[in-house]
Amino acid sequence: MQKATIQLETLICPSCGQKIENATKSLNGVEKESVKVMFNASKVKFDFDAEKISVEEVEKAITALGYEVIKSQVKVK
Amino acid sequence: MQRLILSKKNHIVLISAILMAIAFISNLGFKNEALAIWSLVIASILGVAPIAIQAYQALKVKVVSIDVLVTIAVIGALLIRNFEESAIVTFLFLFGAFLEKRTLNKTRLAIKELTKMAPESAFKQMENGEFEEVEVDEVDVGDILLVKTGAKVPVDGTVLSGEGYINEASITGEAVPVGKTKDAGVFAGTILENGTLQIIADRVGEDTTFGRIIELIEEAQDSKSETERFIDRFSKYYTPTVLMLAIMVWLFSRDIELAITILVLGCPGALVIGVPVSNVAGIGNGARHGILLKGSEVIGDFSNVDTFVFDKTGTLTTGNPTVAEKEIYADNGDEIFTYLASVENESDHPLAKAVLEYIKITKLYPVEQTDVVKGGGIIAQVNGHSVAVGNVTLMERENVQFSEKTRTDLIRLEKNGNSLVLVAIDNELKLLMGIRDQIRQGVKENLQKLKKLGAKNLVVLSGDNQGTVDLVAYELGLTEAHGHMLPGDKSAYIEELKAKGHIVAFVGDGVNDSPSLALAHIGIAMGSGTDVAIETSNVVLMNSDFSRLPHALGLAKAIVNNMRQNIVIAVGVVLILLASVFFSEWMNMSIGMLVHEASILIVILNGMRLLQYK
Repeated sequence: MQKATIQLETLICPSCGQKIENATKSLNGVEKESVKVMFNASKVKFDFDAEKISVEEVEKAITALGYEVIKSQVKVK
Repeated sequence: MQRLILSKKNHIVLISAILMAIAFISNLGFKNEALAIWSLVIASILGVAPIAIQAYQALKVKVVSIDVLVTIAVIGALLIRNFEESAIVTFLFLFGAFLEKRTLNKTRLAIKELTKMAPESAFKQMENGEFEEVEVDEVDVGDILLVKTGAKVPVDGTVLSGEGYINEASITGEAVPVGKTKDAGVFAGTILENGTLQIIADRVGEDTTFGRIIELIEEAQDSKSETERFIDRFSKYYTPTVLMLAIMVWLFSRDIELAITILVLGCPGALVIGVPVSNVAGIGNGARHGILLKGSEVIGDFSNVDTFVFDKTGTLTTGNPTVAEKEIYADNGDEIFTYLASVENESDHPLAKAVLEYIKITKLYPVEQTDVVKGGGIIAQVNGHSVAVGNVTLMERENVQFSEKTRTDLIRLEKNGNSLVLVAIDNELKLLMGIRDQIRQGVKENLQKLKKLGAKNLVVLSGDNQGTVDLVAYELGLTEAHGHMLPGDKSAYIEELKAKGHIVAFVGDGVNDSPSLALAHIGIAMGSGTDVAIETSNVVLMNSDFSRLPHALGLAKAIVNNMRQNIVIAVGVVLILLASVFFSEWMNMSIGMLVHEASILIVILNGMRLLQYK
């Protein structure tokens, strides 16, 4: 299991947070319980299984929603 | 295409504004209706595009967002050929979002500034022995790093070689540089003001003390209180409910205008944003002043504290015994001090250290012979004189005579809580010094401020004897004082206070009082960047400056008030809008959107006031 932190462009509406949360949770390989969208920090944190999904794929899903990804960090747990 | 439209939102706002101006002028000035209508139609379609894209994306992940409501409303307005309203609504919605982003960024600025202080690069020793600049993420535990003058220390580590002065303000709040040599510990985020150091990395990234502080603040600003979680749950069902309501109204009244007006008015913006805004601005203010408030739950509890319990040593007092009072019984005072310094220089007694610090030795006489008298002091031979330094017992043993004045001096100094150091030369008393752990500067005034802010009970707990503790309590105007307290007794006492129904804050330096810090409703760690204190407490005062404490309490209260105001504004606006739809003539979609956006800006601006709190 790996732990990722994705820094996004500034989020302005709390419902963006909900969109991102739902989108991230729906991806196969992402630990649902671990998904945390931080509205003020404009970050997404989650655990994922590196064999099933890569951070790039999650980034792509978020970008597809219309939110720019600034950088991401992955740590082996 | 989608991304292009979304990224050009600001341009779209501008173009919409121009188009609407054209429509307005051509309608009024030139009576050219066709041009006016076409301008409005283009403005509407341009404006609704980014909103519709966001709405579509939201629906894809099963969220009924505000964008969905607005998109439907605008399409509805276009269908009933109310182009003026559709243009104004999209414009206001986009322009509002633009202003919100600007203002929200301001509220978050304080915390951003802090995170920017994180080190970004490091000079790492490569396999060939050379140092190369790398990203800080590439540094691992055990790497050897070079820190040059003016650079940030990239990790928590230990000095291997070199020396220098480091400004540790980012960790301890103390701006005076600290000297570092081999084996000294250094912290990430501190700045090497001069010198060069080679260090070995002990902890990197988020595991460093600075990394932990940043993470805690970041999590704090997004932590949610009970109220917020309620609002979140509420808004999840609120938007779909508004949508249903609008559909029902349309089905029954066949009045599209009314239905879409309800859609716009029902937008929950101010309510969902009001509380997080107060939170982030308040925590930002704290961060700027060296106060770490761990989240909105903590802020809520802290604002209700009625009882403050203080650890004495290091919190109310400086923690170092210093010379507080002195009486000289000789004309040649300087000479006496030189004798005293010469003798104390031979001793490693804690009181001797305080004496030497006070005298600030300029010269010393050679000491020929010293005898340590256990439980009494020292007797030494200096320049052919017998110098006795110690307590009253030692003086009595040496048959030193006390005058009437000396006796009253002794009683007075003892009553003030001093440990006494007497100096006799050739069995004649020359000097009396009172040494005690003195109360820190400004503590008294700041305790008064706490009282004014509503703290009812101020209690001091200490391991010292009851007499000393009573003196401190009397001097500071505390309500209760308890001595002879072991760490276990302190936490038991806090348990007792809690059982009585008090909301208790414990203030300590986190060195040996972590159980109490953890047990109190609010644990406040003061003036230290120690890991344990940061982890176990709810509020961390980075700076040992006591004035941070009333600031923190006042700030917590201000944040709670601010959140309440924002909730009242948000709920009030929605209620008034909905009521006026049904009971007044003047309400329409555009006014609704204007009021809605205005209320969002008002709660953001209201939250921003917290940044200025002093």
